[in-house]
Amino acid sequence: MRWLLLKDLQILRRSPLLVALLVIYPIVLAVLIGVAFSRGPDKPAVAFLNQIPAAAKTVHLGAEEIDTARYERDLFKSIDPVAVSSRAAAIEKVRRGEVLAALIIPADLTQKLESGLEPPEVEVFYNAEDPVKARFVRDTINSRVQDANAALAKRYTEIASGYLDLIAGGGELKILGRDFTVLGLRRSEEILRRVQTDLPPGSPLGAQLEGVRRFAHVARENLDLSDDVLASVATPVRVRHEIVKGAATGLNSYAVAIAVTFSLMFVTLLLAAGMLALEREENAFARIVRGLVTMTSLLVEKVILAASCSTAVMLAMLAGLSLFIDLDWSRSPLWVVAIASAALAFASMGTAIGALTRDLRAASLLAFMVALPVAFVSLVPTGTVSAGLYGGIRVASALFPFRATLTAVDASLNDSGGLGAALLHLGALAAAFALAARVALRRFA
Amino acid sequence: MQRRPAASLGEVPAAGSPLIEGRDLIKRYGGRAALNGVSLRAGRGELVAVIGPNGAGKTTLLSILAGLDRPDGGTVISTAQRIGWVPQRPALYAKLTVAENLRLFARLERCTDVVGAVERMLDQAGLRERANDQVGELSGGGRQRVNIAIGLVAAPAVLLLDEPSAGLDPRQRERLWTFITGLAATGTSVVYSTHDVQEADRYAGQVVVLADGERLFTGSPRELERAVARAGTPVPRDFEAAFVGFLRESGH
Repeated sequence: MRWLLLKDLQILRRSPLLVALLVIYPIVLAVLIGVAFSRGPDKPAVAFLNQIPAAAKTVHLGAEEIDTARYERDLFKSIDPVAVSSRAAAIEKVRRGEVLAALIIPADLTQKLESGLEPPEVEVFYNAEDPVKARFVRDTINSRVQDANAALAKRYTEIASGYLDLIAGGGELKILGRDFTVLGLRRSEEILRRVQTDLPPGSPLGAQLEGVRRFAHVARENLDLSDDVLASVATPVRVRHEIVKGAATGLNSYAVAIAVTFSLMFVTLLLAAGMLALEREENAFARIVRGLVTMTSLLVEKVILAASCSTAVMLAMLAGLSLFIDLDWSRSPLWVVAIASAALAFASMGTAIGALTRDLRAASLLAFMVALPVAFVSLVPTGTVSAGLYGGIRVASALFPFRATLTAVDASLNDSGGLGAALLHLGALAAAFALAARVALRRFA
Repeated sequence: MQRRPAASLGEVPAAGSPLIEGRDLIKRYGGRAALNGVSLRAGRGELVAVIGPNGAGKTTLLSILAGLDRPDGGTVISTAQRIGWVPQRPALYAKLTVAENLRLFARLERCTDVVGAVERMLDQAGLRERANDQVGELSGGGRQRVNIAIGLVAAPAVLLLDEPSAGLDPRQRERLWTFITGLAATGTSVVYSTHDVQEADRYAGQVVVLADGERLFTGSPRELERAVARAGTPVPRDFEAAFVGFLRESGH
């Protein structure tokens, strides 16, 4: 068997186009994914007109000041602002397609915020020729405006809460450069209690003062609760996230797991199916199984060849990806276990495909025709189809190594759990496909 | 099928005893009989030609003798430890060189002296000059010589060739037959199938005529000519005419 293995490696070495495709394809895929994730989405060009006068960029709320420039800077992190001189110029740039959107900040924004009587309104104009980018711009601007709203609401709440604390507890207040002393309900209540004790017994004022003191007491106690109430008004609904199934894998890491699974599937299937079919295409199959090598040994040799080569290529691909995406190298022994197990399962499946075909082209075509639907079916997420159909999809995807490979690779890369079960599943699939390949080889030899 | 244990290495079979023999071989594909009770035997140094029209069962007979196919009935008996097999289409690896192909098969055949076997075949097949060329770069004749050399690399006592001269030009054929008759002269038993009845006439000591899976004749080319003459038909002008006349007389 080792001579056949060496022979196949020699053939691969002399097939530069095939090797280039097998090696370069996953590496290019890795680089593309890496570049895509490391760069992030391009900032959309947005015409920006801030009509607020330079002197009025700060919002004054009582004794507090809020600088609106801070929210402008946050917005510019997500968009590429194109300065324009007028509202008309901004709209014209959108119309001509020079920018995807225009954002107009009205001159009275800070004024309206200070008055609190009417909410200010920003205007956004879109170019919807590219629906994906238009949606991205709209979502980005909406998101930033929501952020600003939330931050302003929080500041308003803090300021209002401060005033209420002042009313309840008393203290110093500075308005327009002048200091004022606020007595506060607590001290008012104390003064009233002292006055009550100084009154002659049976004085009719005593009962009236008692009513005022009780009011001051109740008002102060309720105002103590106002901080929580105002905080609730500022953020009426809070969201608590809890994962009940699956793990919190980062999008980048999951994309790496998918890229590895796809590449591993194609490289291994094509290699195993192709190298077995090549034995027939070269007409050497009959010669070597005529007592020189058993059919089982031939299959084992192809599985080892395809699994070893694809494992090596995938590890190189992960090394390439790690230049762009942060991968935990301390988990690399688990990567090897997961990838090698998956490669064995795919290689067995590849030999089953190769056993059904008589030449390289038919084997490659069949491998593609089987692999693509298997991958797509395995990636159907729960909740997107009816429960019955999803049950069928789960059963169908469990019959092929893609889903188990994705689970194993994701678990090895991201500690998302389920590695042991996935490895057992892959082992069972490797054995089942090897058996199917052996039967097919005998049947179609 | 019953295959008698091979003789031990170096054992010289008794004079006249066959190195390989197929007895009453039957092979069916579905309802069609590809072979129907065909027998054949080849002794040491003997050249046996299997001839017949397309679909006669020549390749099936050789495949069964080579151990590639199992017969549905009958027996193959061989005293040879190794039987060389040369399929009609070259069975070798185009990306490997001539020497690498020979080395690979010598190793798979478990030759004790791999280097010696490869060197011997490079010389015998006249491939020394092309030893380091990839087989894919050789002409059809060159590939066929490698194909035959692979069949011989383990020095088999019996060599089975399925239409070895197919696709070769006259000069290549001449070289091929010089090579094969040389092998027979050194004691190798050679059984070959061919469409070319002249090749059977010129090189074979024994001819087996097949048609529709039936064995119609076994004997020397001259005996075939005499058999046609005995049948009352005009005396054939050559062996090919005798062969065609024989098939006609036999209803094929």
